[in-house]
Amino acid sequence: MSADQPTLFAAIGIGKSYPGVRANDDVNFAIKRGEIHALLGENGAGKSTLVKMIYGLVKPDQGHMEWLGAPFAPADPARARAAGVGMVFQHFSLFEALNVAENVALGMENPPPLAQLAAKISKVSADYGLPLDPARRVGDLSAGERQRVEIIRCLLQSPKLLIMDEPTSVLTPQEVEILFKTLRQLAAEGAAILYISHKLEEIRALCDRATILRRGKVVATATPAKTTAREMAELMVGSALASPARAGKAQDFAAGAPALEVRGLSARSPIQFGTSLKDISFAVAKGEVLGIAGVAGNGQDELILALSGEMACGPEMIRAKGEAIGAMGPNARRARGFVVAPEDRLGHAAAPDMSLVENAFLTGAVQRKLARRGFVDWAGAKAFADEIIAAFDVRTPSSGVAARALSGGNLQKFVIGRELRQSPDVIVINQPTWGVDAAAAAFIRQAILTCAEGGAAVVVISQDLDELMEISDNFAALNEGRLTKPRPRAGLSMEEIGLMMGGAHGMEVAHG
Amino acid sequence: MIRLERRASASQFWIWATPVVAVALTMVFGGLMFLALGKNPVDVIRTIFWDPLFGEFAWYLRGQLLVKAGPLILIAIGLSLGFRAGIWNIGAEGQYIIGAIVGAAVGLAFYPTENRWIFPVMVIAGAFGGWAWAMIPALLKTRLNTNEILVSLMLVYVAQVILAMASTGFLRNPEGSGFPGSRNFSSYPAAGNPELIAGSGLHWGGVMAIVVAIAAYVLLQRHILGFQIKLAGQAPRAARFHGVVPQRLIVLCMGISGTLAGLAGLLEVTGPAGQITIDFNVGYGFTAIIVAFLGRLNPLGIVLAGLIMALTYIGGEMAATNLGLPSAAVQAFQGMLLFFLLGVDVLTNYRIKLGGGA
Repeated sequence: MSADQPTLFAAIGIGKSYPGVRANDDVNFAIKRGEIHALLGENGAGKSTLVKMIYGLVKPDQGHMEWLGAPFAPADPARARAAGVGMVFQHFSLFEALNVAENVALGMENPPPLAQLAAKISKVSADYGLPLDPARRVGDLSAGERQRVEIIRCLLQSPKLLIMDEPTSVLTPQEVEILFKTLRQLAAEGAAILYISHKLEEIRALCDRATILRRGKVVATATPAKTTAREMAELMVGSALASPARAGKAQDFAAGAPALEVRGLSARSPIQFGTSLKDISFAVAKGEVLGIAGVAGNGQDELILALSGEMACGPEMIRAKGEAIGAMGPNARRARGFVVAPEDRLGHAAAPDMSLVENAFLTGAVQRKLARRGFVDWAGAKAFADEIIAAFDVRTPSSGVAARALSGGNLQKFVIGRELRQSPDVIVINQPTWGVDAAAAAFIRQAILTCAEGGAAVVVISQDLDELMEISDNFAALNEGRLTKPRPRAGLSMEEIGLMMGGAHGMEVAHG
Repeated sequence: MIRLERRASASQFWIWATPVVAVALTMVFGGLMFLALGKNPVDVIRTIFWDPLFGEFAWYLRGQLLVKAGPLILIAIGLSLGFRAGIWNIGAEGQYIIGAIVGAAVGLAFYPTENRWIFPVMVIAGAFGGWAWAMIPALLKTRLNTNEILVSLMLVYVAQVILAMASTGFLRNPEGSGFPGSRNFSSYPAAGNPELIAGSGLHWGGVMAIVVAIAAYVLLQRHILGFQIKLAGQAPRAARFHGVVPQRLIVLCMGISGTLAGLAGLLEVTGPAGQITIDFNVGYGFTAIIVAFLGRLNPLGIVLAGLIMALTYIGGEMAATNLGLPSAAVQAFQGMLLFFLLGVDVLTNYRIKLGGGA
């Protein structure tokens, strides 16, 4: 549909270095008008750097860019916007205390009066099928609605090129469909869209062309509709991928005493603008993997805090192997074979400036008996760190380096390995493969499944539905701090999952 | 354009070079300040840094070095533990004063009884006084989430009022012909804290400072509490995940720093100061903050920093009396030291990059 269209944007021989990293190396690619162009690559492949150059946030060291055939070197984002580049970031920059129209006005160079702007917002939102009330306070909006604010802010400037950075990571399947319709309509009107993602099926459904980056270089250009997701993934990673496998057959986990039982867990969020937990109940048996889906900000962080023991809750609300542990702190739980791996590697699961030895001690102290009469056995901690590094193939010069010096995938392997090497009976993991390259993600999923086969009860909280479909036996979804009743994963359709995530399933009573 | 670029990991070189460069820069810019005041900068700096150690009166001033450094080190070690955990006790001066008053009051209550247990009891009372004064900001923070920086700082001024009340009122020497100030401990052997080796300047405060520095070093390197303190300061969320209860750590760290400040106050009032007077405190509690940072919050570094700071105190006094330098200029000089230290400290984690914005 866009083959005969003129080229809107071209990057010619672009290079950019950061200390120790060649972020972009001789990158060439072009976007035509009316085209939905995917920029595909693992974390650290150089997608963000490239996009920041187009948006005027970073300047290339080498090469140049062209815009409608003329040289293009925006000095700052304002000039990029003036040329017709719009960008929707993965992390929103919105003020929660202000309403939609006020937030949109703050992002504009010369905003019209608010009443006029509100009318314009209503019109654009109707034109593009993005329902949004300009008078609502952003703090009350869902993640999907917040994204619409950002999109509409861009659309008001009639962009010729709209850049979307991982737009679907915060959306339910239904919201994704709405977004795709909008993007297709924009493309049909002649705008080009640069769509950054690592979700391959989405790219196959949406995009006309794909440029695949690996380690800063363009390794391939593909037509997504004619390429399988597996082929694209292998281009991204540069090697063949193994899918995680489970030896065991599907079982009925309902029989027998649960290893982890959460009953009527309600707690106020300790986080500002957080989501309180409301009457959460579920049980996980030995060998079972329960997948908990949900759009970010629906109580995942709070559920992890409650399960790790960082947030106080009633003693009877959480039971591990029959024992009431709701009132216990993290170390008392670890002593009972109950381990937790939080989502945020740098700052929560690990201390960024501490060495891997210290970080191994961080949670391994109790189970590995690394403290005697309060004195730390650093030799023992080092042995534990080295054990994790060897068993989980963590690429690091030594166990003495600071956690922040490791790549995301390697640190995640270390953090997950640290918990799984403590021979746990109950494992809770939030976002096991968030921001991790495909090879490391496959490794981590396999390690989780191996633990489940060994008899551990596993809870995986994730926003990656493909991941949950791959590894979980039962499936539940968090919505505004409530959890749906877990259902067997086999036989669930995408539509049913979407309804569970949207809170429509099994929630009638709770909402009533 | 000059830019700062984050290093992949903290530079080992700059961790140790920072204090040296900061002292050098302080000498240069302090020298310029002295020049602007019409003094010969070389003379002033020699008077501050050289004469106390090797000059004409060095036999006396070297002893003074330990007298001044003892309380600075003692207080700074306590503060450094809290600072490492991100707990900002700025009110050590107040805890120092209250420790001195409580300890002195206990001792004076026994006057003129002679018993060898009186001094140890006074030491405990002094430590308790400092601890109790530090518990006010600690409990207000854990219960009501007040800011410990403000509360502990404001309590310094409350402590100074209590000190004035003590020296003119409830602790005033009944045989002092109406002059403000308590009885002098040098004439009450059971409660005194004399020089242990004549002429060395070493009293129990110096001994205590060395013991505490070693204990703090072991705590930070080997003990789980030291690990938790460092963890809480670097990554508070990771500390909670590890199992640290932040409230408990706040109470503990404020308590340790208050206790050591109170101890320093008691040992000062019974030793070098000799009595409770209106202006018996000379700002050790505040200077110890500089000492803690100058020593990079490291116990061994603090011992060195305490000695250097004591040197500037003694040398500064000499410069004030011999060269007619205003004492405010000496304080500005000490302030510069902290200023340059914090400024140069950036280089530990960042490198300077010259060149365009590309």
